[in-house]
Amino acid sequence: MLDVIGVSSIDDLFSDVPEHFLWRNRFSIPHAKSEYEIEREIEETLSKNVSYENLCFLGGGCYSHYIPAVVDELASRSEFLTSYTQYQPESSQGMLQALFEYQSMICDLTGMEIANSSMYDWATSLGEASRMAMRINGRKKILTFDNVGHERLQVLRTYTMSLGMNLEIISSDIRGRADLHSLTEMMSEEVSSVYLETPNFFGIVEDEVDDIAGIVHQKGGLFVVGIEPISLGLLREPGTYGADIVVGDGQTLGIHMNLGGPTLGILASRGDKSFVRQMPGRIIGSTTAENGTRTGYATIMQTREQHIRRENATSNICTNQALSAVTACIYLSLLGGDGLGELARSIASKTQHTARLLAELPGVAMRFESPIFREFVLQVENSSQVVEKMSTFGVGVGPWLGRWYPSLRDSFLVAISEIHSKKDLDFLRLTLARAL
Amino acid sequence: MKFYRQAAWDEPLLNAMGRKGRKGISMPKDQFPSSTLRIPDRLLRKEIPLPNLSQIEVVRHFTHLSQMNFSIDSGMYPLGSCTMKYNPKLASRIATDRKITGLHPYQDERTIQGILEILYRLSFYLAEITGMSRVSLAPSAGAHAEFVGGLIIRKYLQEIGEPAKDEILIPDSAHGTNPSSAVLAGFKVVKVRSDSEGLVDMDSLKSVTTKKTAGMMLTVPNTHGLFEKNIAEINSIVKEAGGLMYYDGANLNALLGKVRPADMGFDILHLNLHKTFATPHGGGGPGAGPIGVVAKLEKYLPIPSIEKQRGDPSYFLKYDLPSSVGRIKGFYGNIGVLLRAYVYILMLGREGLSGVAEQSVLAANYLRKRISAPQYSSPFKNERPKHEFVLTLSNEDLTASDVAKSILDAGVHAPTTYFPLTVRESLMIEPTEAEPVENLDRYADVLEEIAELSVRNPAQLKGSPRHTSIGRLDAVKANHPLTMRYKWTNVSDRKKG
Repeated sequence: MLDVIGVSSIDDLFSDVPEHFLWRNRFSIPHAKSEYEIEREIEETLSKNVSYENLCFLGGGCYSHYIPAVVDELASRSEFLTSYTQYQPESSQGMLQALFEYQSMICDLTGMEIANSSMYDWATSLGEASRMAMRINGRKKILTFDNVGHERLQVLRTYTMSLGMNLEIISSDIRGRADLHSLTEMMSEEVSSVYLETPNFFGIVEDEVDDIAGIVHQKGGLFVVGIEPISLGLLREPGTYGADIVVGDGQTLGIHMNLGGPTLGILASRGDKSFVRQMPGRIIGSTTAENGTRTGYATIMQTREQHIRRENATSNICTNQALSAVTACIYLSLLGGDGLGELARSIASKTQHTARLLAELPGVAMRFESPIFREFVLQVENSSQVVEKMSTFGVGVGPWLGRWYPSLRDSFLVAISEIHSKKDLDFLRLTLARAL
Repeated sequence: MKFYRQAAWDEPLLNAMGRKGRKGISMPKDQFPSSTLRIPDRLLRKEIPLPNLSQIEVVRHFTHLSQMNFSIDSGMYPLGSCTMKYNPKLASRIATDRKITGLHPYQDERTIQGILEILYRLSFYLAEITGMSRVSLAPSAGAHAEFVGGLIIRKYLQEIGEPAKDEILIPDSAHGTNPSSAVLAGFKVVKVRSDSEGLVDMDSLKSVTTKKTAGMMLTVPNTHGLFEKNIAEINSIVKEAGGLMYYDGANLNALLGKVRPADMGFDILHLNLHKTFATPHGGGGPGAGPIGVVAKLEKYLPIPSIEKQRGDPSYFLKYDLPSSVGRIKGFYGNIGVLLRAYVYILMLGREGLSGVAEQSVLAANYLRKRISAPQYSSPFKNERPKHEFVLTLSNEDLTASDVAKSILDAGVHAPTTYFPLTVRESLMIEPTEAEPVENLDRYADVLEEIAELSVRNPAQLKGSPRHTSIGRLDAVKANHPLTMRYKWTNVSDRKKG
């Protein structure tokens, strides 16, 4: 090879690198090992982790669900896994069609007109949605409630402060819901967007969504709604109550928890021209080929994106979460509309049952009296110790809410899904009783 | 070349396949059907318009789609600036183990010691490889890290009393993410021109560096595949003006084990683990973009950080970081991707890592030399390519798009086309260290054949690709919002719904 190139050594290929910049040392990184040795070594290290398996009742934005074998099998096909972004659509139709179908499903699930092909996660989708709203209406203030995910609020702040935007947070009412009176007071023509989550971080299904949309729209603001997609198997799609942009996390759609990443940032919106133009991220569209005789798919509206628009792009995002989007698409195909509806309904009824079951214990109470979907806030004395103690019994509950909310130092979350059998729920109750 | 055929299924959309009563998976039944939901009816949805399918239909649908998708495992994928190298299978097996996939981010820290230990070690390996003082694993991708890097520069300048510095210098050859990220971090972008050798034009750099300069974002080797031989001078110009140097790690594969960015004077950098560290790109993501900094900038890294105290074997997450630029994503990072990169590092070991740059640069230079048709020429004089090289098409009739589409017919992937923007009709080729020399020869032969065809039968090129799942797509037709989903609902319909 060197002869063909016409140099005598590999070093000649680096002759333009100043000598003193060349790294001549050895990395203090272990010597190369065989596959077997590496696998064994890492497995040993990973064995120090404890997985709660069917006794994982942790919530707060990441949830334990059953992932059908088909989902893992199909999503890990190497033709999907080891491909790059679809810069040559003719040889990447598979990913493109799958992403197109993902977008369609997200539109149907949320009741919105358009969806992009993914963002990093819920929190960054929220950041992008708020920037998008600012570009659409030229306003810089964001209003939200203290019952939305705390870490998402932190990311929202990081994503918008550098653009001169400011964030105001409205306290929720005593039932843990968005407070309409405060919203009405604080809503003004300076507000770019109002962000609401339903179910919110406390698991509560927000009651007055239509009224909130009305208050926001009356002052010309945009209504951004955060969702967890399985809940939309039961709850009204935000498009029907006036959401302008919908964000959420698709982790629950067949994506393993993986300590919280990678997940899937959902972003959908109205389809007005100004929304389409301001949408961040990649969008796949359908088109034709071969003189209009065949349907094909391609990345479209690229003039919004960084590789063309550079400093004027709608977002800097390039690498996204495409495979997570395909995973979600496979998951939704398996369940179908009927399966998703049944799943959501069964989770909601089981959550109700469990809440009652646990609140019967002496010293245990439901923190908020409001309708819930998949998780709820439990109030007990010494709650952070109770959470820790339950973990030592092999039962994961939480997160403990005192870490973010001083007024909820006596509270933690409990999340329920289809993986929990009656036996698991009884064990949860027993463990909680022991830990009190 | 003529024997390659990509699968071409006439695969309908799922929606057209759905039938009442079908189901692809049975989930546990509702155990408490009589339980009252207490959710008011007006908050419940009326219908879920998703198709109902049987399992075999779903399996065949996605199997067919996968067969219409080119990947590294299908063939050579020398997409410039994307470093599509082989993704080791061991990494995927480990990353999909229940010991990792079943972990919840809010578990008690005592129950996630194994993964925290691995992440902690990974961040130190990456620090060692780049020469940086500390690496945060939080960013999800390169562009994500660039934005964070911008915030770090801002915060640093504010704290040292230089808030008026608000300009970031970016070469005209840079990735589009650089200027876009800089703007989102609150900066103005100032463009630096490239010279005739394809490097940063030193006069241009001097003329735009002012007391407003906050820093410079630079890719090395740059997107022309060339090492910035004046890097020491570039650094001192920017630093004398009080700016910081940001290293875009997209092209680190050319230097891995040979040059450490921190040693060249960079203050901040990001790594694209889905490029340099062989994690699968998943058709666009997820990736991971760890960000590294020099000692004086450590305190600005995003929250949380993974820590360990001397003498204490346990690892923990630290949230109380008052100078941090803040939280940049939910939870901690793309753990599944980070774990794969860790496996890759262990597989190569210190010996293998040192050879990455040499092997990838050798492959690129060899391939460049093997392409001799006059239609392909180098846009720059005196070039000494690193891990990738850029060609420009000198024949007016032959476009980069024609070449790319024709290459697809040979069962290999096209180069990056029309980037960098500084070169007209450009092809950017990055073979990586993973390809056997026979594949480099074959790729060169395909390019030569195309050049020859462009003279002998140009119409044939215009009609390519013929052997992919579908022929050339109508790009204009696709650019209409009505094409973004399988059926279009009007805003007015939606409100009635």
